[in-house]
Amino acid sequence: MALRHVNAVIVGAGAGGGVAAKELATAGLSVVLLERGEWYSAADCRKDDLFNQRTQVLGARFGPDEERNPRVLVEADGRETVVTPSDGGYSNNAACVGGGTFSYGAMAWRYQEKDFRMRSTYGALEGSTLDDWPIAYADLEPYYEKAEWELGVSGDVSADPFKAPRRKPLPMPPLAPNREYQILQPAAKRLGLHPFDVPMLRNTVPYNGRGSCMRCRWCVGFACEVNARTGTHNTVIPAALETGNCELRTGCMTREVLLDSRGRATGVAYFDSSDRLQEQTADLVIVCGGAVESARLLLNTRHKLFPDGLGNRFGWVGRNLQSHSYSGATGLFDNDTYDDLGPGASIAISDYNHGNPGLKGGAMIANEFLRLPYQFMSQVPPWIPEWGKEHKEFVRTAFNKTIVLMGPVQEMPLAEARVQLDPKVKDHWGIPVARLSGTRHPHTIEIGRFIAGKAEDWLKEAGASQTWKRAPGRSLSGGQHQAGTCRMGDDPKTSVVNRNCRLHDVDNVYVIDASVHVTNGGFNPALTILANAYRTSAILLNDWKGSKVRS
Amino acid sequence: MMAAGPEGVNKSLPNGHATGVASSPDSRKTRLSPQLQLRRRTLLGAGLFAAAGAAVSCGRAKSTGEWRYFTDDEARTVDAIAAQFIPADADPGAKEAGVVHYIDIQLSKRFKKHRAVYREGLATVDAISRASFGKRFVDLADAQQVEVLNSTEEHSKVFFSLILSHTRQGFYGDPRHGGNRNRASWRMLRLATPPVRGRQHYDNERVG
Repeated sequence: MALRHVNAVIVGAGAGGGVAAKELATAGLSVVLLERGEWYSAADCRKDDLFNQRTQVLGARFGPDEERNPRVLVEADGRETVVTPSDGGYSNNAACVGGGTFSYGAMAWRYQEKDFRMRSTYGALEGSTLDDWPIAYADLEPYYEKAEWELGVSGDVSADPFKAPRRKPLPMPPLAPNREYQILQPAAKRLGLHPFDVPMLRNTVPYNGRGSCMRCRWCVGFACEVNARTGTHNTVIPAALETGNCELRTGCMTREVLLDSRGRATGVAYFDSSDRLQEQTADLVIVCGGAVESARLLLNTRHKLFPDGLGNRFGWVGRNLQSHSYSGATGLFDNDTYDDLGPGASIAISDYNHGNPGLKGGAMIANEFLRLPYQFMSQVPPWIPEWGKEHKEFVRTAFNKTIVLMGPVQEMPLAEARVQLDPKVKDHWGIPVARLSGTRHPHTIEIGRFIAGKAEDWLKEAGASQTWKRAPGRSLSGGQHQAGTCRMGDDPKTSVVNRNCRLHDVDNVYVIDASVHVTNGGFNPALTILANAYRTSAILLNDWKGSKVRS
Repeated sequence: MMAAGPEGVNKSLPNGHATGVASSPDSRKTRLSPQLQLRRRTLLGAGLFAAAGAAVSCGRAKSTGEWRYFTDDEARTVDAIAAQFIPADADPGAKEAGVVHYIDIQLSKRFKKHRAVYREGLATVDAISRASFGKRFVDLADAQQVEVLNSTEEHSKVFFSLILSHTRQGFYGDPRHGGNRNRASWRMLRLATPPVRGRQHYDNERVG
């Protein structure tokens, strides 16, 4: 039996898809929200330090399924490997209701004005597709505010002189300072820097019917046991369902967008949780699968008008895959820095996001989330032997005495960092899988080294007796902050979607996730994805005429 | 912020886990004694590594049934290797924390794909031990075991990297997976145990 026709089918219930579902359903459109993963809850919080979304040695706790979802990774030397979700290089993001927002650390950053005008600010960069967004910060500002107040953001950015103009403060105060904050804050001041409280999608006081953070040790990578950390799974998606206009179907893997003879979308074909092929017809198709899977879905949609994939007339779908090149340093202190007060990340500076001599951009720098014992292995400095009594002795003495500062370095996009379809490997459902290839731009690495140096300076000023840097390598960047593969732009020849996130080629298919980011800011991207989803949904609804959008 | 993705993953380590400095520049290793270097050359010439590999296919040695995957001999070797990686001192080491149980359990579940590497790697460790010192690894003195492990790192990089990572996981990770007995490492790090916050039950004692 055919499924009931709806106004909109949304593929992917993460940050973008969750907001779109709520906005459309609230406006009275009938919506089907398809999610390939499951809907987890606070009760699924099992504090397992080897089996979560951040440390995946025993698997990726919140998906995707390890056996069903291979990808192919092409290394710089041409070597090809079939990788599974918990393998390095897979570029995994969680596959569940809420997507990455279900188990992330929840930093809630606005990008700065220059982050939308990278080409105008810094000029061209050889070998890079560095460009401006077709929209400005001002276009997004009201929707940043909407995301901050509707989902709920805590923190205090008033002391950040580099922030873009904003009309309202954040709705919730920051958590009380932890010990790292107290050590780092005066040191930053002495250096003439401008430290402030990290904004987070985290309740610090009761908000929207949920309680506040209990400051446990198990934050990023885990479900929030008290449901205080905020994602689309506990805000906009339940709100969408409450309207009665939205149906959420989990365990559903979308195969392709269905097109009529003229090339307009009529819905999607997907495999339901029993692996039965279903067709969901809809007036609108909204693709929200994340930068890798959204590009893959478009490329897997073949039609006589689009022989190389939907939206791919000029070959841009899947290109410009980027993320963040995390760079920073670890400092060893004489006294305890560890106080077991989660989430740990608390203090940040934006002094080095822009205006760095000779560099095109930079990064926010913040202290890291609490490090669980096994995670601490990655903080052991290179001069300590990898095993034996010296290694154990170092871990024992240093575990409680380190601070880690890291920054998400804004990357210089590359056309050759890309998602394609693998010609041979197929997933559990017989769908061609993503084939990831490319490297990072050398200038990204240069910026990373600079940021690592600045992190080291801050740690030294704070009293670290020893410091060691972490700078990025050249390998392809993807992972949880994946972005860029369906670039937003005014010129159909050099971008995939227009400024309203609608495909240039088809007037009823939208992409609403980080795929559309032209560049990815020197900040965690979640709030920008949410804000852009609000903005795009508002434009879509404004154009909506009952059965289609006005062209 | 440095979520499971962006930089947390060290590609040169198995299973993409976010740990460990994988590179091992020479400066970080105990230098091989000239004696062992010589022996290794001889042993390579004799094709001993090939023989070790061949032994793998000759069937399993007897097992008491205590182990899910290992033979009794293999388990003793793993125990001894883990004890070198994380030795006991004022605090328990990998042996006391039961790391071998963690590895054995995971080889029957999550790490099934690593079985062949383990079987071959452990045979190689004993082959190097016999060729160099005329005894099995478990019967060697501490310093000799260190030399054999350094040699193993050179010849069986994949195996060495795996068992080192797995030893760390078994020692520092959650006791529910079979290692970190009595939360030995968490006590060593002065972490409150059992965790005191929250409403969930902690099934630390459950194995498997």
